[in-house]
Amino acid sequence: MSIDPNAIATVGAAMLAGSLRVSTPFLFVSLGECLTEKSGRINLGNEGVLVLGAMVAYATSYETGNPWIGVLAAAVAGFFLGGLHGVVCSLARVNDVAMGIAIMLAGTGIAFFFGKPYVQPSAPLLPSLQLGFWSDSPQLQNALKVCPLFFLGLLAAVALHWGFLATRVGLRIRIVGDSQDAALALGLPIDRIRFLATAVGSGLAGIGGAFLSLYYPGSWNEGLSSGQGLMAVALVVFSRWNPINCIYASLLFGAAGALGPSLQTVGITWGYYLFYAAPYVVTLVVLIITARGGKSLRGMPGQLSIGR
Amino acid sequence: MTQAAVTVAPAGDASYPLRRGLEALLAPLAALVGAVILFSLFLLTLGQSPLDFLDLVWRGAFGSWFSLQNTLQRASPLLLTALCVALPGQLGLVIIGGEAAVVLGGLAATVAALPLVDAGPYLVLPAMAVAGAAMGGIWIGISGWLRARLGVNETIASLVLAYIGLAIFNHLVEGVLRDPASLNKPSTYGIGDDNMLDTVPWLDVHPGLPIGVLACVLCWVLIYRTSTGFAARVTGGNIRAAQLQGLPVAKLIVLACALGGACAGLAGAIEVAAEYGRANASLNAGYGYTGILIAFLARFNPLAIMPMALLLGGLGAAGGLLQRRMGLPDATVQVLEGMIFVAILTSDTLYGRFRWFQPRGN
Repeated sequence: MSIDPNAIATVGAAMLAGSLRVSTPFLFVSLGECLTEKSGRINLGNEGVLVLGAMVAYATSYETGNPWIGVLAAAVAGFFLGGLHGVVCSLARVNDVAMGIAIMLAGTGIAFFFGKPYVQPSAPLLPSLQLGFWSDSPQLQNALKVCPLFFLGLLAAVALHWGFLATRVGLRIRIVGDSQDAALALGLPIDRIRFLATAVGSGLAGIGGAFLSLYYPGSWNEGLSSGQGLMAVALVVFSRWNPINCIYASLLFGAAGALGPSLQTVGITWGYYLFYAAPYVVTLVVLIITARGGKSLRGMPGQLSIGR
Repeated sequence: MTQAAVTVAPAGDASYPLRRGLEALLAPLAALVGAVILFSLFLLTLGQSPLDFLDLVWRGAFGSWFSLQNTLQRASPLLLTALCVALPGQLGLVIIGGEAAVVLGGLAATVAALPLVDAGPYLVLPAMAVAGAAMGGIWIGISGWLRARLGVNETIASLVLAYIGLAIFNHLVEGVLRDPASLNKPSTYGIGDDNMLDTVPWLDVHPGLPIGVLACVLCWVLIYRTSTGFAARVTGGNIRAAQLQGLPVAKLIVLACALGGACAGLAGAIEVAAEYGRANASLNAGYGYTGILIAFLARFNPLAIMPMALLLGGLGAAGGLLQRRMGLPDATVQVLEGMIFVAILTSDTLYGRFRWFQPRGN
């Protein structure tokens, strides 16, 4: 079989489009997870936050007619569900990994419960920015339709990165995450810092959910999330707890996820389901490469329970 | 989990083991009651009656012979998938990828059965059980091996492997293994009606139930009555102490994961052999995820898994009735499950808070 250069261009454009489109929820959830983990706690519940955020955003957008109020509502809902995780995990002897799974179950349950009436109606969706206006190629124009939330995510990543490096709050979060003893010695309010890092992180994850229901795929149903909230944990490992790296990781995971559908556009349908697993394989390979015999990873916050 | 794996009663405090057992019983019970109260408030704010709800759950899950059968049918795979979490849990590991072990176990069992279809059930069924258990054991065993040898976090690894496993399953069932006659719901070829498991006489439920119960009892014996189980509990209590004692920690981790995975794989094989007769998306019914909840409810104790699986199976069985009678969405049960899960983990903080349960000095 000869390789048609046009086909490669088509696949490339489709993967670029897919990457730009699919990466936004990854970006928000991984940034939220990164913030939480920097404070020394892990939150697997962001999967539930993502689904709840998607439902709340869609319902609010439908009721108010303004999708941006929906995005805000999703962030608030995420803040409260994450806050629950934060409060319970600050109690002695509560396992944060297990609690995250419980929050995931509770969050998706609540979202499905209240979201039932919103499966049918169509809510106003977020607008897209036409960044491909300069090109004549409709494929490229289509590929460069980008949601404003993507840029909000980029902004959040830069802000977080700067915040961790250059602000007092960021330094405190890192201290609490790296050494409980040092934080105690400095008299830092450990539980309050972790609570806020968890709640705000989940607020970011909620925005990722809003993207799912209000932009792409742009509807609310029970099969909306494909585990982006859980993969965020692996993404953060991949990013070495660095918010800027979260951008690259999200784009990579988005592109990997777009591999199957992109190949389908040029008629390659073999292995559609295998290609669907590409981001997970990438995650696993990364985990294996970065693991070093039980020692904690470079950049990993010292108090993180998955590292101990 | 937080309980000391191995405890010794102080001299002169004969009732301590009893009080400790009572604490382990009362804390989850308090959590269950708390979750039900919370859920009742939830229903009240929606203008629904909690009493009607509880009455319907009772009738839908245990009230009649028919509903009890439904409950038992649902509980049997849950017994096995909960073991997939509880066995590694004894070593302090959190494995959440049991769903893939169920699905791939069911697929492997079907593949093993297909060339033997004409050989009769006495050859087909054992082959299915072995293939299913081996597949599940390998799949979860990989997570354990990655943890033990490379230090990869087992929770994330098992989860990522679960997605990969599901993708492989879909690829095979929609591809080479697909029966072209299955149009709407892609499935493999059937294992043949003659080869399927009969129901157990008297009980009229499929043999998954007695197999699951037996597996729970055997795992309890393994954990609490053998030196291997003792070594596992020591490792779960304090991994450094276990290493200092020269216990084969890495081997124990792989063994616990592989055994747990074998249980989940067996559950998949039984579902195929007793319910569907072929592998398809029905296998992907969330048994692996409910198993996580049950294992934590049971505090990883295989005997306690049995009542908890019955409870969760019953909740699942009552779902349809709740939908019809009260007009509640089918996610209602999931909301309640989520509340129970949150409450049970929160109750972990109760341990050691009350002096009466603590060892008393002379």
